[in-house]
Amino acid sequence: MRPESPMTRVFGRPPVLIETPTHYCPGCTHGIAHRLVAEVIDELGLRGRTIGVASVGCSVLAYHYLDVDFQQAAHGRAPAVATGIKRVLPGRVVFTYQGDGDLAAIGTAEIIHAANRGERITVIFINNAVYGMTGGQMAPTTLVGMRTTTTPAGRDPVVYGFPLRVAELLAPLPGVAYASRVALSSPAHVNRAKRSIRRAFQTQLDGLGFSIVEMLSTCPVGWGQTPIDAMRWLEAEMFPVFPLGELKAPAEVKA
Amino acid sequence: MAALDLIAAGFGGQGILFLGEVLAWAAVLEGKNATWLPSYGPEQRGGTATCTVVVAGGTIGSPVVADPEVLVAMNGPSLDKFAPRVRPGGLVIVDASMVDRPVARSDVRVVRVDAVAQAAALGDVRMANMVLLGALLAAVPVVSLDAVKRVLADQFPPPNEALAAANVKAVTGGMAASRGAAQPLR
Amino acid sequence: MMPAFTKGNEAIAESAIRAGLRAYFGYPVTPQSELPEYLARRLPERGGVFLQAESEIAAINMVYGAGARVMISTSGPGFSLMQEGLSYLVGAEVPCVVVDMMRGGPGLGNIAPAQGDYFQATKSAGHGDGRLLVLAPWSVQEACDLTRVAFDLADRYRNPVAILGDGLLGQMMEPVVLPAPVEPARDVAWATTGAGSGPARVITSLDLEPEALEARNRRLQEKYRRAQQEVRWEGYRLDDADVAVVAYGISARIARTAVDRARDEGVAAGLVRPITLFPFPSQAVRDVASRVRIVLVTELSAGQMVEDVRLAADGRVPVRFYGRFGGMVSTPPEILDQIEQAASEVRAA
Ligand SMILES: Cc1ncc(C[n+]2csc(CCOP(=O)(O)OP(=O)(O)O)c2C)c(N)n1
Ligand code: SF4
Repeated sequence: MRPESPMTRVFGRPPVLIETPTHYCPGCTHGIAHRLVAEVIDELGLRGRTIGVASVGCSVLAYHYLDVDFQQAAHGRAPAVATGIKRVLPGRVVFTYQGDGDLAAIGTAEIIHAANRGERITVIFINNAVYGMTGGQMAPTTLVGMRTTTTPAGRDPVVYGFPLRVAELLAPLPGVAYASRVALSSPAHVNRAKRSIRRAFQTQLDGLGFSIVEMLSTCPVGWGQTPIDAMRWLEAEMFPVFPLGELKAPAEVKA
Repeated sequence: MAALDLIAAGFGGQGILFLGEVLAWAAVLEGKNATWLPSYGPEQRGGTATCTVVVAGGTIGSPVVADPEVLVAMNGPSLDKFAPRVRPGGLVIVDASMVDRPVARSDVRVVRVDAVAQAAALGDVRMANMVLLGALLAAVPVVSLDAVKRVLADQFPPPNEALAAANVKAVTGGMAASRGAAQPLR
Repeated sequence: MMPAFTKGNEAIAESAIRAGLRAYFGYPVTPQSELPEYLARRLPERGGVFLQAESEIAAINMVYGAGARVMISTSGPGFSLMQEGLSYLVGAEVPCVVVDMMRGGPGLGNIAPAQGDYFQATKSAGHGDGRLLVLAPWSVQEACDLTRVAFDLADRYRNPVAILGDGLLGQMMEPVVLPAPVEPARDVAWATTGAGSGPARVITSLDLEPEALEARNRRLQEKYRRAQQEVRWEGYRLDDADVAVVAYGISARIARTAVDRARDEGVAAGLVRPITLFPFPSQAVRDVASRVRIVLVTELSAGQMVEDVRLAADGRVPVRFYGRFGGMVSTPPEILDQIEQAASEVRAA
């Protein structure tokens, strides 16, 4: 037997991420997003004081994966539920985890008003350009010309307008302290995404206002693509429409 | 035979729903009534697929069947789950390529067909469902092969007529394999 | 004519097109998405408007504005969100067809079949004193046929008409003979078209003066009284029955098989199937209740329609209830068991 070599741990499961089989489809980036949120909660030591709000979409079962208190909200209403929690328990860390149908279609009023009030909550926003859970229908973020089950001939901007840029829409509101858009399509992007989530939570911890991280994600099943093609498609087609970067960040948390 | 009710079950992706659809649609082409029901309720979970088909000359009451006359099982868990529910005197068709355990019932007929192996020999394992459909039709001729051919021609219109032909071959192969394969009731 | 072999959701969609559907507004929700997806493919090519709204709240208000044969479809959570809008439609006497393919509730519940929206559909169109007319098909063919009926009733009574189905009916396939297309009159007397040379048309449910609002309500109630003539129901093997099972929609199909099996075993059972849930076939239920010895109501709910049956039976016979819910579906042997229990109860008495 060889003597034990001194090793440093470089990778492991964050304790907040529950070890359980996933219900997400192969190649879906919801799982990556969950992991990043878990890592940040662990690294910031927030496990005992964080409350998540799960939305209606494929991530409805987020509470099966993230080991913190959770409340499951009606479709689109997560920012209102989060507001209720945060107003009564201002010392807790509150975040919502919402898809683009949930946040940018049915929940538009709630997200805009939570942002405008400067609610001290963090919003993890998964933009995968379709409704995943219900079978690949058009979302407000669906690209022009993109075929979905409710736009069989492709999204026509004359009928449905153009993809809604949520980060750009919210960033100018004075209540918004942090807004960014990241992608989950490559290791480098994933690392950047994690930094961004950290800053969003830090913004909340510092009491600076509303924070949102929009994450460009894949839905291979809804897009009818292989996982690898979906990653490529995300970068080739979504990047030009949804530019990455920090749209707004308080000087204090800029790293 | 004019009437039949059946549950077909397997993994998602094995073509369970299609098997049921071809059978039901063929019955309709022959002027019968048919209902086709995809997985529902707790059956919907966990990568399994089931479908329920009822065929009758007259009005069909319940499309929901608790105690089917026929079970087509494309994997072990489906056999374990549904075999106890088959009506006494009924029929259990098992894909022997996928399930090696015996059917633990002495009051039903059992047909074992190497459906996946046979489909693979025909060039595509995904046609195992059609091999089993053939086995079913040999044991209970509830619809004619001709009606099945018409449905498959409709499902695979030109330029896919080769697929239609291949599927028909799988059905006839299944029929041949199961003829006489049914263990009599003991 | 060779029947088509289709899912309930798609049969309703095609039947709506053939009823002269001009516009569809909706928001995706399982288990009815095949319906809007079918219309997304087929309605524009046949000259109609298909629009996916940003929410059910928006969608029902788009319906309110359509002024033509218009349809909306949903399932439980979305039906809840439409209640406010439906109240406006009822108050302003604007017709539409609303399809609710019920799923397990309450809350997010699940997407499995259920019949838990009976109260919400039949007792009140949102707030206030309005009602929906409610039709409950039990087969794909009837879903298709009642879609045509729903549009006609909506226009005749200038009131929203609901088709109350469930996830199972929406997703099962059966043969269906589709009706011939009709072209309904395009200009309706009440719609705001901006093209009138006559007096301006106003669609509103607002009456600041209580006298006026009471008059509006009287008009609505008078309409619902007239609608009593639209009652539909079906009886099966009732002639010499001791046990009458009352069930609607998919539950009635399951019960029908149970009734047949009961008959095979010598139990005199029959079936009453309400097809209109509002207006409810109270008279029919009352008549049957006076002839049989016991009534068994079965629903995929914790017991909703049973209240209407009890009101109608008015103490004439014992009324028992059997329900499965949360997305669990009863089976013929289960209902047979209940029929036998009911039969032995009256035998013992
Ligand atoms: C009021 C209401 N309407 C509709 C639905 C059906 N529904 C469930 S998830 C969903 C959309 C999910 O899409 P998205 O938010 O983009 O999340 P994803 O599944 O893509 O992660 C819809 C419309 C519902 N549950 N409630
Ligand atoms: S449907 Fe799309 S978003 Fe949902 S789990 Fe599958 S890949 Fe992910």
